[in-house]
Amino acid sequence: MGKPVSYDTPVIIAPVLRFALLFMVAGLVLIPLLATVLGGFKSLGELRVNPFGLPAHWEWANYWSILSGPRYWQLLLNSLVISVLTVILTLAAASMAAFVFAQVRFFGSKFLLQYLLLGLMFPAATAILPLFIKIRDLGLLDTYWGVVLPQVAFGLGMSILLFRNFFRELPAELFDAAQVDGCGYIRFFRYVTLPLSRPILAVVGVIVFVHSWNSYLLPLVVLNRDSIYPWPLGMMAYQGEYSTDWQLVLAFVTLTIMPAVVMFVVAQKYLVAGLTAGAIKG
Amino acid sequence: MNGKLAVVLLFLPPALFLFTLFVVLPMGEAAWYSVYSWNGYGAPEHFVGLKNYELLFQERAFRTALVNNLLIIVVSLAVQLPLALAMAILLADRFRGAVTFRMIFFVPYILAEVAAGLIWRFVYDGEYGLVARLATGLGFAAPHVLADRDLAMYAILVVIVWKYFGFHMMIYIAGLQQIDKNLYEAAHIDGATGRQILWRITLPLLRPTILLSVFFAVLGSIQFFDLIMPMTRGGPSDSTQTMVTYLYSYGVARMRIGFGSAVGVVLFVICVAFAFGYDRIRSRHG
Repeated sequence: MGKPVSYDTPVIIAPVLRFALLFMVAGLVLIPLLATVLGGFKSLGELRVNPFGLPAHWEWANYWSILSGPRYWQLLLNSLVISVLTVILTLAAASMAAFVFAQVRFFGSKFLLQYLLLGLMFPAATAILPLFIKIRDLGLLDTYWGVVLPQVAFGLGMSILLFRNFFRELPAELFDAAQVDGCGYIRFFRYVTLPLSRPILAVVGVIVFVHSWNSYLLPLVVLNRDSIYPWPLGMMAYQGEYSTDWQLVLAFVTLTIMPAVVMFVVAQKYLVAGLTAGAIKG
Repeated sequence: MNGKLAVVLLFLPPALFLFTLFVVLPMGEAAWYSVYSWNGYGAPEHFVGLKNYELLFQERAFRTALVNNLLIIVVSLAVQLPLALAMAILLADRFRGAVTFRMIFFVPYILAEVAAGLIWRFVYDGEYGLVARLATGLGFAAPHVLADRDLAMYAILVVIVWKYFGFHMMIYIAGLQQIDKNLYEAAHIDGATGRQILWRITLPLLRPTILLSVFFAVLGSIQFFDLIMPMTRGGPSDSTQTMVTYLYSYGVARMRIGFGSAVGVVLFVICVAFAFGYDRIRSRHG
């Protein structure tokens, strides 16, 4: 740390102080999360007097009552269906379009790309009411598709951009060679481009999945039936029902964020790379 | 030709179709509906001109929302980004524990806003929450933070910093690691102070990264919604509304399609204005 050549050169700070600072910030980040997990193990009475510490008596019943009922699993299943459909459709539509923009020269290609990239700047919220009317008129209210299709549409801009940048980096000789062998665009895409594109497919897939898994406004507007709620809506509904039973709400929150936390721990590298690279390259 | 036409006609339409149907058309329709008074049933017939916009800017709740959005932008830029940068500078090097700290700081970002909001609703709860316990422990009366018109928005700002600084820190770390270490060494040999190095080397070289993170912070601040719903739903008495929570409470929830669309159009115009301004600044300074 005292070495001259390091990125923290601008901040000359004693190691002790540095760690004190880092631990303090880490504490502020973690305390609400730990209190939530532990709160799910307490009784309401204990929560009132001891929201911070370990539970005096571990109340497993809070977690168990949620895990043994169908409600929690139904929410996760709904979210999973919506997110997986969104990822598959986005990857398919975006990679195909990006391939055309990267490989094929044709009149109007620049214009069409600019058109699709318009979506990068605008949040879905700006058009949420007309979107609601459209989904209603298509008969898609209260269906998975009513959430999936608009999510795909709004994710296209960023995904196409990431795919196109990646495809353009692939060596041009590949395509020339394939062409000599009589391989057309579509077969080339299927047998050469896609197999080479696993890293970018993973990055885009992760970004789209996380966005869809966490999304709230669109499902809130489109879905009105408890039975197909994704988990953020279900969690709000649960909180509405048990608002005074904080121990149950905390257990429910803990359990519903578990999949995301597990995914984060397992796929840390991909997730961080995906979420920040998506931001940087976008 | 080698199937050029075929690939264009096969590969482009799915994306173009979905994008046009669910993004571009609704944007256009928002502008159209916004000059009608319409509850969504039948066709929009009751033309009101710019009445919805007039109404909107006369609404106190909407003006509060604009101020709150501005407040979120200011706090994001003035508190969150410097904190993120400081943490990034402390954690950009490889040393024992660096990766662990980075991961810890990034965790709030991967949580869904709704979950983070509920967690903080508990933290701020006047009966069972952490803040209440802290206050009573210090001998004060337990505050009901989110029920207090004067405090609620500030409480939310704290959560915003908590939730997003880790994301910006990660972007900064990536940017810092692009800087040539020889520059630091040269500066060090020349006897530059830490402050000089920060202002003359780190910040100028990090400029593109900082601009990018400012872009995300501002665009995110303009469309702020998810985190507020579980905490206050825009209350108490509209003190924590943002443009989008306002759009939700006064447009969507009451099915005022025309009025809500006008809010959407205003949001849209603000986003466009910001994006253009950002583009100009970026291209002028490279």
